[in-house]
Amino acid sequence: MSDLTDLTMVEAKALMDKKELSPIELTERYIKAAERGQKATNAFVTPTFDRAIDAAKASQARYDAGQAGPMDGLPIAMKDLYCTKGVRTTACSKILANYVPQYESTVSQNLADAGAITLGKVALDEFAMGSSTTTSAFDPVVSPWTGREPEKAERKLVPGGSSGGSSAAVCGRFAMGATGTDTGGSIRQPAAITGIVGIKPTYGRCSRYGIIAYASSLDQAGAMARTVGDAALMLRTMAGYDPKDSTSVNVPVPDYMAALGQSVKGMKIGIPREYRIDGLPEEIAKIWDNGAQMLRDAGAETVDISLPHTKYALPTYYIIAPAEASSNLARYDGVRFGLRVEGESLADMYDNTRGEGFGVEVRRRILMGTYVLSAGYYDAYYRKAQRVRRLIRNDFLKAFEQCDTILTPPSPSTAFAIGENEDDPIKMYLEDVFTVTLNLAGLPGIVVPMQLCANGLPMGLQLIGKPFDETTLFKTASALESAAGFNGKPPFVG
Amino acid sequence: MTIDVETARHISTLARLKIPEDQLPSVANDLSKILAWVGMLDELDVTGIEPLANVNDGHLGWREQDVVTDGGQAQAVLANAPSQKADFFTVPKVVE
Repeated sequence: MSDLTDLTMVEAKALMDKKELSPIELTERYIKAAERGQKATNAFVTPTFDRAIDAAKASQARYDAGQAGPMDGLPIAMKDLYCTKGVRTTACSKILANYVPQYESTVSQNLADAGAITLGKVALDEFAMGSSTTTSAFDPVVSPWTGREPEKAERKLVPGGSSGGSSAAVCGRFAMGATGTDTGGSIRQPAAITGIVGIKPTYGRCSRYGIIAYASSLDQAGAMARTVGDAALMLRTMAGYDPKDSTSVNVPVPDYMAALGQSVKGMKIGIPREYRIDGLPEEIAKIWDNGAQMLRDAGAETVDISLPHTKYALPTYYIIAPAEASSNLARYDGVRFGLRVEGESLADMYDNTRGEGFGVEVRRRILMGTYVLSAGYYDAYYRKAQRVRRLIRNDFLKAFEQCDTILTPPSPSTAFAIGENEDDPIKMYLEDVFTVTLNLAGLPGIVVPMQLCANGLPMGLQLIGKPFDETTLFKTASALESAAGFNGKPPFVG
Repeated sequence: MTIDVETARHISTLARLKIPEDQLPSVANDLSKILAWVGMLDELDVTGIEPLANVNDGHLGWREQDVVTDGGQAQAVLANAPSQKADFFTVPKVVE
């Protein structure tokens, strides 16, 4: 038999159901992989291997009793933005370095209830603000991928961000899947540049309860995995209405697995002309064209569409997200939890705590948000951005009158080196040019790996869906997955 | 719109976030660049466009039964407190 880490979640689950594989055996193999993976990548902030073994034993007991859940015994990694009861949760910030939640996030609880086994908490950009995982207060995560070009092979590459610990663990095969969160592209960009699948569902599909907030009107939980089927299994487990989150939407969660392999014949796939931006690398444009051809070959029709306000999405995001962040992060004041740095007065204590506790990028966004919400600027910046946000959403709703789903590139470049793009904040922000539009519009998006580029690094494609129509995304993604037949593996695997 | 050092200091006070004096010029410079970039939105006429805050245009449901379902967990609430005394958070003295 091939290595256990070659199995998909769906395959491993089937073997465990048939008693041909035990959750303990699978978990032990993944712990070994994770220990090796940790040395190579720093993906884990807090490994929880002892808990994983205990959970695997409990899972074994459920299999023995014929009571196994839909994800029973499958080892996954948890983004360190999800509060986990009794396990340190840091958001990769110095201000939460020693925070131990007394409660569990709804999504991580849903996964545990389905039997999933958490190997540990994995790294992210501080408070999910970044596209490289280098803004973490801890050691940066190194991608398991290295470039084919000699000079790239020597440089350490980023796994993308903010869910970079998740993407590294999944592509490096030291977790079968991982949770992510996506505010402007934090699931899809890392998935795209590490050669895995990532889905950000519709805003409201998953509960945000217990997920440390960045920008509440944009934040959404989602799944990262090696195949479309595994992502479908995971999202189905994570999603659902939660009375504890007033923005979670009370609609049934379909069985996404049923959509896999269904015909895309007669479907209309929108190709937005505004996504062919200046400077889009030839190779990425070619992958996009190839993907459109694959869907046509499978019987779908491609339609030229227009999303005229696309170029305004990033500036809109960089007003709205910092505004919400400045408000959300006001809670870190050194009183109830987290770091406290003493001062001569209460106000001094606040100033010192926040000044020392937040990293440079988080500080920048808090200040930016404070400014656009301050007296005299609120209407000119924040209110205006909210109006443009509606124009961006309307573009999509109009486009969806002509098509069922939209195909785009997910990222303007393959993985870059640690330290690159850091001389100018706006350069890093441009990483999200193709992903951020969906968060503003609240739409679901999935990234599917397509091929290795000439530099030896993976690149995928993004599909965008109508609100709450993740089913169509899984169907179309599975058609692309079959046609592309991506089987790239990074040089390092656990 | 350009942010000068004085404005950067003012914003940091509003945000209750101490920035060392020697870092204020670079903070002001970064914020100015970002503001100039987001100024791209001025190209758009948004007269009459309703601001969008919640994509699901959600109407929050009424709480049919507003009953207490949780509480009495002072120790859990205080578990991460940097400083506490007798079931209370403690802060530097604010009155003379």
